[in-house]
Amino acid sequence: MSTETQSFKGVGTPTTRMYGLLAVIALGWVFLGGLFFTPEDAVQGDAVRIMYVHVPTAWVAYLAFIVTGVASACWLIGKKHSMGFDRVAGASAEVGVLFMAMTLLSGSLWGRITWGTFWVWDPRLTTTAFLFVTYLGYLAVRGLGGTAQQRARRSSVIALLAVLEIPLVHFSVVLWRSLHQRATVLSPDGDIKMDGLMLFTLLFGVFGFTVLFAWLVSHRQRILAMQDAQQTSALDAAVTERLKEVQA
Amino acid sequence: MNMSTSRIARAVASKDLRIELRSRVVTNQVLPFSGLVMIMFAFALDNDDVLQRVAGGLVWLATLFSLFILVQRTFAVETYDGALDSLRVAGVNPQGIFIGKAIALFVQLIVLESMLFIAAIVLYRVNVNGSGLVLLVTCVLCATAGLAFVGTLYGGLTAGARGRETLLPLLLLPVVAPVLICATRATESAFRSGGLTVGEGWPWVAVLAVFAAVFGLGGLLSFSSLIEE
Amino acid sequence: MNHVGFIIATYGVTFGVIIGLVVYTIKQGRNLSRTVADKDKPWT
Repeated sequence: MSTETQSFKGVGTPTTRMYGLLAVIALGWVFLGGLFFTPEDAVQGDAVRIMYVHVPTAWVAYLAFIVTGVASACWLIGKKHSMGFDRVAGASAEVGVLFMAMTLLSGSLWGRITWGTFWVWDPRLTTTAFLFVTYLGYLAVRGLGGTAQQRARRSSVIALLAVLEIPLVHFSVVLWRSLHQRATVLSPDGDIKMDGLMLFTLLFGVFGFTVLFAWLVSHRQRILAMQDAQQTSALDAAVTERLKEVQA
Repeated sequence: MNMSTSRIARAVASKDLRIELRSRVVTNQVLPFSGLVMIMFAFALDNDDVLQRVAGGLVWLATLFSLFILVQRTFAVETYDGALDSLRVAGVNPQGIFIGKAIALFVQLIVLESMLFIAAIVLYRVNVNGSGLVLLVTCVLCATAGLAFVGTLYGGLTAGARGRETLLPLLLLPVVAPVLICATRATESAFRSGGLTVGEGWPWVAVLAVFAAVFGLGGLLSFSSLIEE
Repeated sequence: MNHVGFIIATYGVTFGVIIGLVVYTIKQGRNLSRTVADKDKPWT
């Protein structure tokens, strides 16, 4: 590769650098404040500290899947079928799957402390687990290969089918659980009395994780764009090579 | 649905069913496989009362396992010599293909489920009365329609893809989870297992009907984009 | 602190995964931008 292509290193821009700075500040506060500065809860004790990372990661995970669904719909509806929408959908799903895994993990650790078990068959938990598996499938479909257009078409349909599927899963789990309702499971964050600092840490965490999500998605969709471009230029090079052979 | 769509659907369905009748893969391999699964469940659970209690769930689990095989087969015949591409190039209405393949899958599943229910009655000693039978038949029809629609939809998507044997269950299992939940509960009501009454089963059938309608409509709208490449 | 193991595990995994993903993303972006021409990078 020639040196002129190296004029710009990396995928950062002034905007994403600002996102990055804000995310570092907010996440730094969540780490220190969540672990040390905030008081313990009257009921839950120190277990409440898990909330400061669990709630924001869960929020980002759901946000990511909403973004994926909306971006897929935009790709499918838009007349130009702009590949930008497809890359945002893909980047957002990648980030979302990872955050969903972290949410399930921190949630089950928190549940072990507050409920005594790692898992309960509560509709919210079950639907979350299904969302996780569904988007693993979505990413697998994105990896099927073919042209960028094929990938975008397949994955946008899959994403929209997932939007149909998730409410059905949720509803049938709600119906299923309402049959054998045992002792009511307390929502882990329901009975926490929050003072000002705790509330601030939680909300600042949600803000920081959202900015982090924006940073991750804008970087990762640029990486996806470069991967597509690389693939196209490799294909072009192969075609030129072959044409030379034929002409020779 | 205009005339040509329904004619295409009928042609595709009868073609698929004729292939299955001649190749005898369903009768000689898939049916024995699901029968074996039912026997294996009995080995694993090893208790007559438990078997009677969970018979409904086992029938539907065995159906889901067989569904993957059937879906793969129904699209293997299309991708084997590029038949799906030829259909597409010939300008055949994709909605007709979708309905036709779903009908063929529906018929095969119904045959399979009938056998599984007979196996449950014989092996797991469940019994059904008149009103239970009405519920059971309605539940089977609605659940199978839903399974046939999503099976065709995701089967068409993974047709010809690398690693489809493993990708299809990953995509399909989360989607059919509502069918497993609802059909199992309705079937348990029909069998009156665990002190359930037949009347308690009907709300579940309603969810199954909604599922079939949603994915039938979703399939009609999206099938062309899934196979058109 | 009670349940200290659970809390440290949660924070460790969450922040560890995030830092890992950020580092991976930056590295991947640098490596790729070295091989891809500027015209394919509309954000520059």
